[in-house]
Amino acid sequence: MGKLWEVFMLSFSKISQLIDSWLRATFNATWTMVIEMVIAGVCVIGLFAALGLVLVLMERRVAAWIQIRLGPNRVGPGGMLQSLADTLKLLVKEGMTPDGADKFLFNLAPFIAMMVAMLLMAPIAFAKDFQLWDLNIGVLYISAVSSLMVISILMAGWASNNKYSLMGAMRSGAQIVSYELSAGLSILTVVILSGSLNLNEIILSQSDGWWIFKGHIPVIISFVIFIIAVTAETNRAPFDLAEAESELTAGFHTEYSGMKFALFFLAEYINVFIVCAIGATLFLGGWMPFHIGHWEGFNHVMDFIPSSLWFFGKTFFLIFLIMWFRWTFPRLRIDQLLNLEWKYLLPISMFNILLVTVMAILGWYF
Amino acid sequence: MGASSMIVLILAALTFSSIAILIAKIVTKATTNKQKGQPYECGIPTQGKTWTQLNVGYYLFALIFLIFDVELVFLFPWAVVAKKVGWMALVEIIVFFFILFMGFLYAHKKGALKWM
Repeated sequence: MGKLWEVFMLSFSKISQLIDSWLRATFNATWTMVIEMVIAGVCVIGLFAALGLVLVLMERRVAAWIQIRLGPNRVGPGGMLQSLADTLKLLVKEGMTPDGADKFLFNLAPFIAMMVAMLLMAPIAFAKDFQLWDLNIGVLYISAVSSLMVISILMAGWASNNKYSLMGAMRSGAQIVSYELSAGLSILTVVILSGSLNLNEIILSQSDGWWIFKGHIPVIISFVIFIIAVTAETNRAPFDLAEAESELTAGFHTEYSGMKFALFFLAEYINVFIVCAIGATLFLGGWMPFHIGHWEGFNHVMDFIPSSLWFFGKTFFLIFLIMWFRWTFPRLRIDQLLNLEWKYLLPISMFNILLVTVMAILGWYF
Repeated sequence: MGASSMIVLILAALTFSSIAILIAKIVTKATTNKQKGQPYECGIPTQGKTWTQLNVGYYLFALIFLIFDVELVFLFPWAVVAKKVGWMALVEIIVFFFILFMGFLYAHKKGALKWM
């Protein structure tokens, strides 16, 4: 039992090291690299598909729970296979291209959306010593790549030859670029405090407490701003103007059907997962267990919970929070949305940066 | 894995999406007719061209965003060393934000932040 727990604890980093050493012993360097790349690709695709299925089901179950109804409960045990059945249904649907659409851009857009969502996976630390790319500018990479998302949305909306799509895409463009600013500024507070852009170093700097506790008031302000901004950036309600069902049918993906629609849908959910993972990494310590200062005994007990469990637990908590928003707040109008960003969130986060700088210089954090 | 992970991820995304779309193409039976190809705008036949002029507000916000985004890029290297540099970093950022805020106020005064 103890042995099994040990394996479970070190699972990801241990397994990857074992595979690596075995490959190195069996093949030469080039083949090892190629095989590792293939394995990584297959693993990421598997994670992608699994996350998509889980998140769609979770969204529907959470919605049902909040609205006091049952939700999907027929397919599989407790409705577990509902999203698999939905995927199968989308697979056999015809993928249409409307007349007069820009065919090349119309078909390219879902690929771009998937590519951006996939690229964002690179610097995320899923468990202790387990990440694809230990990038020294991880935070900058995340904010740079995530802003490419808007290109696929604009492409899809413009190429569809549909006025609703175009309107949705324009709204989404204005919204995503606006909220990117306060998301970036709120991320910077943690960068100032930890003095690094490397996601792994930021996690290690939280080994005596997560930044949301260590950085008290200013970091809590920036955490709240971050959550609002990423909710808007991923086009989720109450900021889902880009696909406001009651006004624009489905916004930028009105004309998409079948598998291309499914790809957009998947990319959207993966984006939600990734921004929540970033939030968990920066503010809630990523895979770092819940530690309090120098309480060695307490910290040691907390270390018994595997790091991957901590990471996914925090991430899914944030995802739940964002799903909760959807059923709590009504949708904003476009002018209200832009006012919220430019007149409130942006000045507050700029002021907050100054506050954090003063705090960091004086050492007023734990 | 290093920088090669980017290539791996791009290839993974491309293979995943193309396989999914290819399978869908094989299993589905596609038929087309004139009505089916029309864009869906609440079931009413489309009026006029799609690619017409849009509200200038969207473009104005994109322009203001450009200024602030460049500012954000300048802040990243500053944020990394801010704690080490100390009070000088605070002075610099106050000057930086002051100039930026003046521009922001100017845009606000000109009515660029108002939705028309």
